[in-house]
Amino acid sequence: MNHDYLDGNAAAGELSSILAMDVTTAQSQCANCGATKHFAEAHVYMQAPGVVARCAVCEHVLLRVVNVRHRVFLDMHGMTFLSFGTSQLP
Amino acid sequence: MWRVGTVVALHDETAIVRTIRLKVPDWPSHVAGQHVDVRLTASDGYSAVRSYSIASAPNSENYVELTIERLPEGEVSPYLTQEVAVGDRLELRGPIGGWFVWRRCQTEPVQLIGGGSGIVPLMAMIRSRSVWRSTAPFRLLYSAREPSAVLYQDELHALSGHDCPVTVTYAYTRATPKGWPRPPGRVDASLIANTTWPANLAATSYVCGSTSFVESIAGLLTASGHEPDKIRTERFGPTGERK
Repeated sequence: MNHDYLDGNAAAGELSSILAMDVTTAQSQCANCGATKHFAEAHVYMQAPGVVARCAVCEHVLLRVVNVRHRVFLDMHGMTFLSFGTSQLP
Repeated sequence: MWRVGTVVALHDETAIVRTIRLKVPDWPSHVAGQHVDVRLTASDGYSAVRSYSIASAPNSENYVELTIERLPEGEVSPYLTQEVAVGDRLELRGPIGGWFVWRRCQTEPVQLIGGGSGIVPLMAMIRSRSVWRSTAPFRLLYSAREPSAVLYQDELHALSGHDCPVTVTYAYTRATPKGWPRPPGRVDASLIANTTWPANLAATSYVCGSTSFVESIAGLLTASGHEPDKIRTERFGPTGERK
């Protein structure tokens, strides 16, 4: 079994520089299988050029963040939604 | 947002693991289980960021302790465990994460299961429990390669007296103390059944270690009847030290 992933906790620092709320407690729905999980539970690959988060159930790509030449590319088309409590907002 | 912390103390836990105590003037306090990112920047501008769990309980003096294992191929951990000196300044981002945390308002039984340096955030929970004078029943199952690799030995030993608030069980994977009842080996279903909270107590479990350790333990807990929603996990790996 392939165990070269970490989890959403590992990506939270980098994502905190982009998103206002704590992503680990946010819930995301996978656009492929429909599973809704805490982002902390996603399988995260940090060794790619950037960060790739995959669904813990079906391994579909949920989110990608790539930093290229002073631009950040945030691709979230693999999730139907990301939900979080309003108390999380600054 | 990056903050600057000043190293105020260093403590070697084992031959390859060191605790760094930092004073961070604008530290907003933290919750047990959270981590920080540490950024090192070379003189040519190259920077490397790694995540490390916070080992200390929240405190009013703005101290943050990180316990860091030196990885032979690491880019950051050899510096942090061998070269950093008292008075040095480090860049920190955090505290990070609100999911793999234990809060003082939690009164249910807590099962901590750590592999190797996965003990670090769990130790923050044990220390917080004590700081907050919580009466939540805690159990710790700590898997280490061998006795000399056990972190926080004295502090954990002090917990294991009679009337102990935190029950500690060690599982050694490579070598055991003399006369140890269990041969070296990975945590298995019988050890889970004999030393952790039974599923019907609805304990919250915190599992931290390498990805393979976490997958194995989470599978054992689920198989023994624990609700997946009550199992919180944090994985780290040698590939780039947590990252």
